Amino acid sequence: MKRSFLRTRFDNPPYIHQHHAYLLILPGLAIYALFVLWPIVSTARYSLYDWTGFSQPVFIGFDNYRELWHDEDFWLALQHNAFFVVFFTILPIMLGLFLTALMTRGKLRGMAIFRTGLFIPQVMSSVVVGIIWRWLFAYDGPINEFLILIGLEEWIRPWLGDFTYARYAVGSVGTWVQYGLCMVLFIAGAQSISEDLYDAARVAGANAWQEFRHVTLPGLQQQILVAFVLTFIAALRVFDLVFVLTRSGGPGKETIVTSILIYEQAFQRNRAGYGSAMALVLSLIIITVSAVVMRLQARQEEGPAN
Amino acid sequence: MRDIAYYQRQARNALTYLLLTIFLLAALMPFVGIFLTSFKTIPELREGPFALPETWEWQNYVDAWEGARFEQFFRSSVIVVVPVVVIATLLSTMSGFAFGMIRFWGDNVLLLLIVLGLMVPSEAVIIPMWQIMGKLGLRNTYWALILPQVALSFAFGTFWMRAHFKGMPRELVDAAVVDGCNLWQVLWRVLFPLSRPALLSLVVLLFMWTWNEFFLVLIMVTGDLRTLPVGLALLRGRYASDVPVMAAAATIVSLPVLILYIFFQRHFIRGMVSGALKE
Repeated sequence: MKRSFLRTRFDNPPYIHQHHAYLLILPGLAIYALFVLWPIVSTARYSLYDWTGFSQPVFIGFDNYRELWHDEDFWLALQHNAFFVVFFTILPIMLGLFLTALMTRGKLRGMAIFRTGLFIPQVMSSVVVGIIWRWLFAYDGPINEFLILIGLEEWIRPWLGDFTYARYAVGSVGTWVQYGLCMVLFIAGAQSISEDLYDAARVAGANAWQEFRHVTLPGLQQQILVAFVLTFIAALRVFDLVFVLTRSGGPGKETIVTSILIYEQAFQRNRAGYGSAMALVLSLIIITVSAVVMRLQARQEEGPAN
Repeated sequence: MRDIAYYQRQARNALTYLLLTIFLLAALMPFVGIFLTSFKTIPELREGPFALPETWEWQNYVDAWEGARFEQFFRSSVIVVVPVVVIATLLSTMSGFAFGMIRFWGDNVLLLLIVLGLMVPSEAVIIPMWQIMGKLGLRNTYWALILPQVALSFAFGTFWMRAHFKGMPRELVDAAVVDGCNLWQVLWRVLFPLSRPALLSLVVLLFMWTWNEFFLVLIMVTGDLRTLPVGLALLRGRYASDVPVMAAAATIVSLPVLILYIFFQRHFIRGMVSGALKE
């Protein structure tokens, strides 16, 4: 029974055999299995051990997770990640939608130049981005100089060292990086919205906002979900920017995030087991949210077109 | 006669350009500022970030290249990026061909396992990776940077090339086989040359990601084996407070990707858009 099921399922031409596929995949898969799949399993296993990374691991069951539950730093870091979702995800999606509306409505010339330029922060090394903004935000840096120039001297402060504003400063750099990605996703989506819908809206006397609200926005639902997943992952994983901008989470613990804690625990305090538990929790949050949103997307694709 | 609607449209277009220009300046001016700063002397910094340097001072680049050892970091970057891009592209072409054009037992499960690699954060794999490198005796060698990044790139590459081969006509394979090619020859002599646009997109994306990789490099190696972004982030000592040298170093790090982006921007954007949407 099973055999015949298999045979009918594979409609390969006679000169292609299944083993060809395995041979073609094998070299890459071997490297992938050793350096990605096996480490995922190992991280899950390590998280159940008390282990420095050098010592003999001692099995401690779920003690690491119990400690994690009561770890104030971990909750603080998660809160900051959640705070960064506003700046890495929500704001860029809104800006991306705004720019898409600007760029697709008029059919003006030169839009490709704007698109290319606005995407540049997305392709640059996040370390370079961090270095540049650390310079811009410095106490004697260009932003404060500009504030003095326009007479707002009382506003100047060491932005990245300020206990209130450091989070906002780091977050705004995140927005600056991410909105270009959202924008190009939305523009690509808007190009596939039928011109007829816009014509119909115009005939019905829709103004720019109504046209955007009732034609563009519904047409971009898929792209918005994808942009949400990508930028949400970026907000939860953020490491490089914080590492460079506030030298790993300062001032105090004001900008500390989960990935910085994982790095410190596993590689600086030699608590590889505990760091693994943290990494696993972070991964599970990311994978769960991504899977839920993707399921949402799949359901929309199946659903009736409207 | 031009009516009111005409002038309204003109005004609206002007406003659109104005807003877009403001955004464009916000996106580009920080890079322009750091570029100009990289040619200045420290006293010149007082004149504002966008004042042109009085004389274009190459000394900052010499200091970064020789003094701050960016020559060595640059070498490391090239030594790591070239093999990662080449190996990952070739391996992904092979597996993408298999997933895209051959049906086999377990194909969906295997593909799912590979797509998993696109979702897990590197934090989830870095600790065991470090252990494995220790066991293999590869810690603090270039292999500790190349192998994991080949593995991570393989996930995206397979996914990308699979989508590409799925869209290729099967008749190409049939015709080549009739002409006496075996499957291996079909792939490399017939399909590979025809896949240039997809391969180019893949190569520029992998180049950018590998060139910019930070976390993995920070953990796996020390000293001169560091690549440019880590060298820049960990710049210490007298150069760390020297803004123009720092700016020169940042320019060195970003220039290769920027040049590639200027030439292949369509590939970057199309690659990231369709790569994301297919997930």
